[in-house]
Order: sequence, then structure tokens, then C-alpha cells
Amino acid sequence: MPRTFRDLISENRRKSTLLVVGFMAFFTITVYVFTLYATGADARAGLVPALVGLGIGALLAFFSYEAGAGAILAMSGAKPIKKEDDPQLYNVVEELSIAAGLPLPRIYLIDDTAMNAFATGRGPKNAVVAITQGLRDRLNRDELQGVLAHEMSHVRNYDIRFAMLLAVMVGLLALLADGFRRWMWWGGARRRSSSRDSGGAGAFMAIIAIFAIIFSIVAPILGKLIQLAASREREYLADASSVELTRNPEGLASALEKLGKDQEVLEVANRATQHLYIVNPFKPFETRARGLLSTHPPLEERIRRLRALEGAAGRSNSVVS
Amino acid sequence: MLGILIFLGIVVVLVMAAIGIYNSLVGLRQQVKSAWSQIDVQLKRRYDLIPNLVETVKGYAAHEKQTLENVIQARNAAVAAQGVAAQAQAENVLTGALRQLFAVAEAYPNLKANENFLQLQEELASTENRISFARQNYNDTAASYNTRAQSFPAVLFARMFNFLPAEYFEIQNVTEREAPKVAF
Repeated sequence: MPRTFRDLISENRRKSTLLVVGFMAFFTITVYVFTLYATGADARAGLVPALVGLGIGALLAFFSYEAGAGAILAMSGAKPIKKEDDPQLYNVVEELSIAAGLPLPRIYLIDDTAMNAFATGRGPKNAVVAITQGLRDRLNRDELQGVLAHEMSHVRNYDIRFAMLLAVMVGLLALLADGFRRWMWWGGARRRSSSRDSGGAGAFMAIIAIFAIIFSIVAPILGKLIQLAASREREYLADASSVELTRNPEGLASALEKLGKDQEVLEVANRATQHLYIVNPFKPFETRARGLLSTHPPLEERIRRLRALEGAAGRSNSVVS
Repeated sequence: MLGILIFLGIVVVLVMAAIGIYNSLVGLRQQVKSAWSQIDVQLKRRYDLIPNLVETVKGYAAHEKQTLENVIQARNAAVAAQGVAAQAQAENVLTGALRQLFAVAEAYPNLKANENFLQLQEELASTENRISFARQNYNDTAASYNTRAQSFPAVLFARMFNFLPAEYFEIQNVTEREAPKVAF
């Protein structure tokens, strides 16, 4: 039986829950094992710190879920726009929300000349689509429709929830690792200058150091997970669903061609958010087109598959070319 | 005693399952209805845009009276049309009249440069998309409702509780499927 988008939705929900549980378990276990190791206490004495760890993990997971979209938008420098600012962009998104039978997502613009777009949010009722000024300016109506339909498919399939959680959690862990490392340096320097208090402070600094090491190890592992999560299949599926909405494969195909020719790097994207974008924001076309372990499938292949749909999907709905 | 309990348990499970199926059918039927009304919303949007468009064009191309009148007439006929078939027919005529109007506008560079006209053109283009997307969405929703209502075991209840199959929005001919090309 072929997979429908309903299967995808439940898969994405399940994966999101697993991610949250794993994230909280990571904090709980890290703090627990660490307390036992550092203080030499018995297994029961570690329970309270473990609960503290769970609390921190839960708090951060809650933040990721509730404020994740806002954090990602702020990180990307995206600004909300009103209908008057760009009626055509607004119209295209409204049309697609009718086609997909979803509520209208909020629309954001990224003031950057690089060409890219992404969608994020907890789900269809809390969704945002963002597009760079560079991409907006260089696409015609059909192409714009194709790109935004791709993003709407991510919204409908709940890809956005999983991707958002992953982005924010990786970002938080990287931030923590960085924070602990800085603290280590700063604390170490201070300790050298005042050598009187050694015992307690020394142990404390060791704790910080070990946390720094743990987080430094985990963050890149999660980074790899991002690459797995943004699987080729997911992007191919969003491309195919985009055509299901617009019935016009050529729009997205020619938009992807334009995206492929763009050599510019999107400065606001980073390791934690790269998987959100419609095309990989870092690499020049040559690597984008081939890269075996990239977050995105090769553009040439995506375009080839879209063109293969031509004719099979029926004619375009669009009026303006 | 145990036998009775097991029997009761089975009955409860069956009733719960029946309630679940019934509710999901009700939900789906509601979705079909709202998808249908979405089409009407978009058609109305088109009717509302047309008088503005006609006014704007009049300012630049007053002697294209016949074309303008055709559009107005077609619009009013579409508004007044009763029944699915008559409505489809009237929409078809309106689409043709609009295409004619945009073809005529080709000859007026000032009109083509007019901010208001460009805006109306975008809105009308968008509305054409909205109408066909709303129809598309209606058909998809109707298909998933029909599939649900006709598959076992829901089909047992569907008949009993009068869940009639939803009709598809048929696209009768190619010209109707094709929105007016207003590309310059």
C-alpha cells in the first residue's frame, strides 16, 4: 500500500514525541550518571539531581515546542509582512492554503539577496512560511507558487514540527556546550588568580568541564541526525505534493533551476537550521547537485523527477505567466 | 455469569466502535460541506471584483462598450444562475467574456500600465486559481469521505444513517478547465 500523507503525519508526530522524550532523557541521564560519578554517592542520592535534570530537559523541550518557530525566525532575521506589502505573494499563499485545505500560515520575508525559503511551526495551525527577498524578486508567479506549495506540503505533513524541534534542540545544545566551554576558561583564569579556594571550586570546575565535553560531543551527533531527518525522501515527497496542489510541475522545476544557479551563501542559515530550507543554504551548486551526505537530494534529480510528472499531472491552474 | 459479562463486554466494544465510525463520518461529511461552500466564497469574490475591473477599463477604453457590457451581463447571469449545471454554464460564459476583455486591454498601453488595473488583474488571476483550487480541494475531500463511507465496516452504518455519497465536481470540457489567459 502506498504511503499517504496521513501516514507521514503520524510518522512525523511519533518522531517528534520521540525526539522530545529522548531530549529529556538525555538531560536526566547525564545529570544522574554525573552526580554518581562526581560525588561517589549511592544510586538513591542521585535521584534528586536526576529530577532536576529532567526538569531542565522538560523546560528546554517546552521552550523548543512553544517558542521554537519564533526562535528560528529571529535567528534567520525574518520579518512578518502584511498583504499590502506584497499582494501577489500573499495571494499565492492564500490560494495554496485553499488548495491544501489548511488555515493561512503567517508569511515572513528574509531581507537577504540569497535565494531560499523555508516553513516552520508546530503544525498547520501555527505555521510560518518564510522566503528571502532574493528568491521573491527572481521568481515569476508560477515558480513562486511551486516553491510555496513545496513549503505548504511540509506544513501539511507536519515535517515542520519535527524539523523545528530538531533545529531548536541542536541549537540549544550547541549554545550550552559553548557556554560551558567559556565558563571553563573564565572560571579557570579566576581560579589561578585566587589560589586560596581550591577544593570545592576545583571540583565544581571539573563538573563544568565534563558538562562542556558531554555537550560538545552530543551536539555534532545531533547535527548528523539533522542530516538523516532531512532525508531525501522527505524533500522528494514535498516536491511531489507540491505538484499535487498546483498541478503544474514546471513551476517548481524552473524555480529549482533558478535556485541551482544561485551561488550566494545565505548568511543567516546555520548548522542547526540548514535542513529547514528548500535548498541547502551553504553549498555552491556543484556540491549541492551531488553531495551524497547532504541534507538535500541533488537538485538535478529533483528537477528531473518533476519534469517526469509533466503531462501526467494535468494542466496548470495559473493564469499569469 | 462470566459468559454474560463477556457478552456485555463485546457489546460495549462494538457500540464504542460504531460510535467512533459514526463520528468520523459526521466529521468527514462536514469537511465536504465546508469545502463546497469554499467554492461559493471564491465565486462571489470573482463577482465582486468584476464591477471594479469594468470601471477601470472604462476609463481608458470607453469605446469597447460591447466587450464591457458582455462581461457585466455574463457576471449578472452567473450571479442569478440556479442549479449546478446552469451555474457551470454561466461561469463558462463569464470566463470567456473576461478573456475577451483582457485581450482587448492589450491594445491600450496606458491601461496596461495602470496601477489599479494591474492590481485587479492580479486579484482576478488569484481568484481564478482560488476557484479551481477550491474545486480541487472539494473533490479530494469528497473522495476521502466517499472512500470512508463505502469501505467496510463503515458501509454498514453509512446506509443506516443516511450518509449519501458526495457528488464530484465534474469538469465538463477543456475550455472550462482552462482559466482565462491574461498573460501579456
